[in-house]
Amino acid sequence: MTADFMIKPFVAFAGPLDQFEIVPIFPFGAEGLDLAFTNSSLWMMISVIVACLFMFYATRSPQLVPGRMQAAGEMLYQFVSDMLRGVTGNDGMKFFPYIFTLFLFILMCNMLGLWPTIPGLPHALHTFTPTSHIIVTLALALLTISIVIITGFAQNGLGFLKLFAPSGVPLPMLFLIVPIEIVSFLSRPLSLAIRLFANMFAGHLILKLFAGFVVSLAGVGGIITGLAIFPLLGNVAIFLLEILVAFLQAYIFAILSCMYLADALHPDH
Amino acid sequence: MDVEAAKMIGAGIAALPLAGAGVGLGLIFGNFLAGAFRNPSAASANQGTMFLAFALTEFTGILGFVIAMIILFS
Repeated sequence: MTADFMIKPFVAFAGPLDQFEIVPIFPFGAEGLDLAFTNSSLWMMISVIVACLFMFYATRSPQLVPGRMQAAGEMLYQFVSDMLRGVTGNDGMKFFPYIFTLFLFILMCNMLGLWPTIPGLPHALHTFTPTSHIIVTLALALLTISIVIITGFAQNGLGFLKLFAPSGVPLPMLFLIVPIEIVSFLSRPLSLAIRLFANMFAGHLILKLFAGFVVSLAGVGGIITGLAIFPLLGNVAIFLLEILVAFLQAYIFAILSCMYLADALHPDH
Repeated sequence: MDVEAAKMIGAGIAALPLAGAGVGLGLIFGNFLAGAFRNPSAASANQGTMFLAFALTEFTGILGFVIAMIILFS
């Protein structure tokens, strides 16, 4: 069990689902409680370190006329702050650190997971996308919803419950509307989590499936080998789409969190 | 019925949501373009909303695809 990955230097992939396998790097934990440092933890740490380095470097020596890195950092900051201010208004800006962290973390996880693996590395060091596991995305979604609920009750008291009974609805309709609103509120963390997880999972799966087509077509021999160029071109196109999706999913997670926070701040409309 | 055959049929049925997602994406981009040609100056302001709708719609198809893949490969 100890440092299993060091004994087997190269583990060949058997199927497209193997990239999502969680491999312990430093096994740790007692019976029934697994606290191992896994490749998922490693890639989350890499994402955080890359995000921190980027922001440190961008704000290292701020100038009036920004350089390239500073301009990129300011653009990112402006993008998130405009999004938050547009959805929640000025009183939502106290959540800016949370939303910015969330956005940057998910963006870095999604983007860094698109790097190709260096061939020959041990399995534990293969490129891995932490957001392609529902437990990671569900934890992030539950954090958002917890903040929404706590803020809602702290700011409005029991007035937060007005969220479930929109104003201007006639009394008989409330018997129908209130359960629907409650179910829709409870399904928010699930839909947030499943959306991010499914997009990352499916995207990486399609990339690996098409890569598999390339290998199996090229291995046939003769004229058919030349046909391998088509799935290869398809893979390039899908990779471009994946870059868009990686950014878009981080954006959507962040903007939906903003919308839920806006609900907590102003439940009556 | 053979379990392997049932798996294949199930995966095929689970991929059906992709058809709906295709229709939905066509509607989104088509309607956005129709609106953008009518009022080009307002188009750029609504691009964010369009991409939001794109991702939300794509999700329903992706969900079917993921379930199909899980049926097939695990």
